[in-house]
Amino acid sequence: MDAILFLIFAAFAVACAVNLVLQKHPISSALSLVGVMGSLAVLYLLLGGEFIAMAQLIVYAGAIMVLFIFVIMLLNAGSETRAKRHLWASYAGIPMIAAMIAIAAYIVQHALPPTEEVRFGAFQHGNAYDIGEKLFKVYVLPFEVTSILVLVAILGAIVLARKEVS
Amino acid sequence: MPALPQGAPLSWYLILSGILFALGVAGFLFRRNIITVFMSIELMLNAVNLSFIAFSYKLGQNDGHIFSFFVMVVAAAEAAVGLAIILTVFKNRQTLEIDEVSSLKN
Repeated sequence: MDAILFLIFAAFAVACAVNLVLQKHPISSALSLVGVMGSLAVLYLLLGGEFIAMAQLIVYAGAIMVLFIFVIMLLNAGSETRAKRHLWASYAGIPMIAAMIAIAAYIVQHALPPTEEVRFGAFQHGNAYDIGEKLFKVYVLPFEVTSILVLVAILGAIVLARKEVS
Repeated sequence: MPALPQGAPLSWYLILSGILFALGVAGFLFRRNIITVFMSIELMLNAVNLSFIAFSYKLGQNDGHIFSFFVMVVAAAEAAVGLAIILTVFKNRQTLEIDEVSSLKN
């Protein structure tokens, strides 16, 4: 059952990622990216990461993608024109990507020791209580530094995007 | 055909992460719209997050979850700054094609 769920959502994620790369219009790519993020959230749930699955849906598929779609709408971005690529790039590109994926898959499958099966419910430390305890006890300094990072990012975004007053 | 295992092996998750990362690299290299290039970067970050969670499952600790949480926060900050830069570039040059923004080249 877990394997079937994994296969369904992995296939959906890969299909959406291929669609992201192939679509011409940015809005289509953005919606494909939402599909990838949604199916990845399901995979996180299968791996026992309840908190991180919800954060994925809220922060990534919600907030960040709304920002992307907002900018696409604001700039009225149309579909892009196809570039004339070098001949070898258009013929060798896809086989080389496939070869890279195949080599990586071979290494993971054969060079590493055989991995156990992932069972839903076997990992119990992914809930908000355990994550919060680890975050505020062990990783409290990086967490606080992150708040400064976000503050600087907000200020930078405001400075970059404001209208020039001259 | 061998019988389907009860749960997917952990290596399948890592291979899926590799596939998504390779597709993100492909989008980053092939696409010319600056927004789509940016979305490919987000795809790569998501792929790395998946392997963080998978290794976290393997080790039985939730440190990987914390790391991918930080990756999400940094991605949010990066999206805010990056999209502001895209807005400024578009305001100054009226284009989103990355090949036409090349004033630093010569």
